[in-house]
Amino acid sequence: MTLIDTLQLSFKTIMSYRIRSLLIILAMSLGVAAVIVLTALGDGARRYVVNQFSSIGTNLLVVMPGRAETSGSFPGAVLGQTPRDLTLKDAQLIGRIPQVKRYAPLNVGVAELSAATRLREVTVLGSNANLIPIRHMKLSQGSFLTQGSARSAQIVLGAKLAKEFFPNNNAIGQRIRLDGNRFLVSGVLVPQGESMGFNTDEVVIIPIDYAQSLFNTTSLFRILVEAKNRHAIQPAKQAILDTMKESHDGEDDTTVITQDAVLETFDRILHALTLAVAGIAAISLIVAGVLIMNVMLVAVNQRTTEIGLLKAIGANTADIRRLFFVEALWLSLAGAVIGFMLGQFGSLLLRLAYPLLPAWAPAWACLAGIIVALITGILASLLPASRAAHLNPVTALSKK
Amino acid sequence: MICLAGITRIFHMGDQTVHALNDINLTISSGEYVSIMGPSGSGKSTLLNIIGLLDKPDHGNYELDDKIVTDLNETEQAQIRREKIGFVFQTFHLVPRLSAAENIELPLILGGIPPKERRQRVQEALLAFNLEDRAQHRPAELSGGQRQRVAIARATIMQPKAILADEPTGNLDHQIGSEVIHLLEKSHQSGTTLIVVTHDRELGARAHRQITMRDGKIQTDQTNDTD
Ligand SMILES: Nc1ncnc2c1ncn2[C@@H]1O[C@H](COP(=O)(O)OP(=O)(O)OP(=O)(O)O)[C@@H](O)[C@H]1O
Ligand SMILES: [Mg+2]
Repeated sequence: MTLIDTLQLSFKTIMSYRIRSLLIILAMSLGVAAVIVLTALGDGARRYVVNQFSSIGTNLLVVMPGRAETSGSFPGAVLGQTPRDLTLKDAQLIGRIPQVKRYAPLNVGVAELSAATRLREVTVLGSNANLIPIRHMKLSQGSFLTQGSARSAQIVLGAKLAKEFFPNNNAIGQRIRLDGNRFLVSGVLVPQGESMGFNTDEVVIIPIDYAQSLFNTTSLFRILVEAKNRHAIQPAKQAILDTMKESHDGEDDTTVITQDAVLETFDRILHALTLAVAGIAAISLIVAGVLIMNVMLVAVNQRTTEIGLLKAIGANTADIRRLFFVEALWLSLAGAVIGFMLGQFGSLLLRLAYPLLPAWAPAWACLAGIIVALITGILASLLPASRAAHLNPVTALSKK
Repeated sequence: MICLAGITRIFHMGDQTVHALNDINLTISSGEYVSIMGPSGSGKSTLLNIIGLLDKPDHGNYELDDKIVTDLNETEQAQIRREKIGFVFQTFHLVPRLSAAENIELPLILGGIPPKERRQRVQEALLAFNLEDRAQHRPAELSGGQRQRVAIARATIMQPKAILADEPTGNLDHQIGSEVIHLLEKSHQSGTTLIVVTHDRELGARAHRQITMRDGKIQTDQTNDTD
């Protein structure tokens, strides 16, 4: 029996048991579609987070006071000392490191913003002109705290605040008070919405000096650093740590977080999550495989006399085995292909429903879904096919 | 052509053993027309199954075309069934989801004959068995006589050396049954060995050689010289 004849004959069989075949194909395709849609969802979430991270800055390093380790290895803790604060002087030292492109010291606090009859509490960021490029922020109007003018009492308003306080879209050049101190509005931020749990539409930005006197502090909350390029991130981190140690009398009391480390962690977690979800979906494929096995066993039982007849007219065990094997293969192949299309369609619906989510199933997931479907189909057919092949023709033919 | 020596077939039913065939010695030459008769359970079907290589004897030797076939493996036996033997059954055993033409085509497919030649040979067979207008019908849409004609067409399409028919008329009325026997005899006239198991004395008597069986043994074996 030639391969083409085997394919044709089992195809005819599938077509003549239409409902049975459709149900198996449905089960198989739902399994494949589940793998594809769920990985599209997981990978979409991963890409979404990665994009969000990239949007807060590239080649970003964050310097913060204190040691990140919780193991208590900071010797000062034993001696009852607290880690030393970061200061503007530290920030300037960091700015001299060759791998550092630019830096922005950062203080954060809350203050009362008032103009004319309006008054509300806002989050205040104190920084320098570099904050905007480092954090990938944009201005819709005016200018930022121009470089070197840290002492002029300028203020930049978040988009929403600008609208609230100056509904006529004429914020630039207006006077506004922050806890009673007068500021001149120099710029308005482009509305960005929530990003990493932080809404830049409702902040104001003032020069670092003003922020420090406003909050009555000399220490910095963070220093944001942009490395020259991606390869400079690690050397920059080391250089910053060294510089800080030197500046802090040999104490290792600063922590530097690199953005790509955080990114990588999220990337890994979400990737693992995607894999886990895909694995769970793949279980439905195994269930479909069990279904195929069951249906094929029933088919062998149903077609016992037919198998006996085929043997009587000269089919050997290999022929019979192949017929049943190929039948299962057709079913799982149809299930895989239809499932693939269903999955792509489902991902498309996801993307339409959540335009922010890049829900594209990765190629590996599509491939894995299809291959697992085929393999379970093949494995599930082995037992029934072998049972059919080894039927005794005489007893098979005499079965009522 | 067929030479059985000391063929014994034993079935175990619980702690009972049934000698379905008990030391059968039988030689059938090429081109013979043999009928096998005997009471129910005398071993006729079992004998036919062993001749057709569907069943294996527990003891004894079977030579087909001067070749011992008892010890051949399954694949080799399947090939002999395919090329040298055609079966006709009481219950027709057509594949219900295939058309008449497709049923007739099955042995050619198993034999790996190319599609073009297959179509031609099936067409010839449909003509020879007067089934042209039933070619695309499923077995369920055919009468008993038509079904058996399809089955005989299928049994003869590979031009086998022997046709083994186990009560081919058992499910048919008398007139249709004799039509079917005529078809089988026609293929015998073109040189095929024909072995028919039957309960019908009249049909059995048409064969040139008549064998009767009882309790797994050959009781009588007579040849009509008159023919
Ligand atoms: N698979 C089997 N298992 C057990 N016993 C069997 C089997 N096949 C046949 N037999 C026994 O072997 C004996 C011969 O059976 P066989 O079918 O050859 O008889 P038969 O002459 O064809 O009868 P019938 O005219 O009823 O078809 C019977 O006693 C039967 O019960
Ligand atoms: Mg019988």
